[in-house]
Amino acid sequence: MELKKLKARLTTAVRGHKLLKDKSDEMIRRFTLIIRENKRLRDEVEQALSETLRQFSVARSLTPEYVAEAAFVMPAATVTAECGVESVMGVDVPKIELTSSEPSLPYAYTELTSEADESVAQAARLLPLMVKLAAVEKSVRLLADEIERNKRRVNALEYVMIPQLEETIKYIRDKLDENERAAIIRLMKVKNKKA
Amino acid sequence: MTGKIAIVGDGDSIMVFKAAGVATFPAENERKAREMLRKAAQEYEVIFLTEELARALGDFLKRFDETPYPVILPIPSGKGSTGYGDEMLKSAMERALGVDILFQK
Repeated sequence: MELKKLKARLTTAVRGHKLLKDKSDEMIRRFTLIIRENKRLRDEVEQALSETLRQFSVARSLTPEYVAEAAFVMPAATVTAECGVESVMGVDVPKIELTSSEPSLPYAYTELTSEADESVAQAARLLPLMVKLAAVEKSVRLLADEIERNKRRVNALEYVMIPQLEETIKYIRDKLDENERAAIIRLMKVKNKKA
Repeated sequence: MTGKIAIVGDGDSIMVFKAAGVATFPAENERKAREMLRKAAQEYEVIFLTEELARALGDFLKRFDETPYPVILPIPSGKGSTGYGDEMLKSAMERALGVDILFQK
């Protein structure tokens, strides 16, 4: 009875192991795609952003500190983002889309130099990219965690569960065979005595 | 779901984003940034953080890794990139794949 139960468990374990292994392979494939995209986006954003910020600090240094401070106190535009959740291989990853209004400058043209205008516009243009990068990078991190966990499950099945089950099944089968042989021998001996 | 965007960083780097319509949380040092982040995390879905602060707050940021939101993105500040973003990418890749597929030359 126990043998039958164990056999059923072994087939389940083997099937589960195969499924998890497939899942792991597919996740790794997706992961490599996403991480390449991530790298590309990050390089792009970092380069553009550094440039924008450098330009902005130059622009800002052309006007007195307090004028600049005052000019930026009240933002004229607000950005919001549409946040959703997307499932990649059973992992919930963020999916964000920017819904922003056309940026307008929060100050009069005479207050700051045109370089400042330009860098604000550049920053606004950069925002969609940055938001996209944020989502992709989070996905990478979530997927990496999930892949690691999945790998552990696969290994636990492959190197612990399945060998243990096989061992137990073999032991029970040996014992049963032994019993059978003993019974046959006993019968033979009984027969010999009668004769 | 509509989400909001915030940025935590030092004065110069975040001012330009304020003009572009992002909520700003000024933070000059690590302690202040931690406080600001905690506040921002409750209200905002996307938070940009300058790299210098992100590096100092590495362990604190890990607690946001488990859930899809809030998303915290380290960005270079006015002083240029410090390579922190690439480091994070690399560590995620090594954890998941065990090999380097992006940076090996």
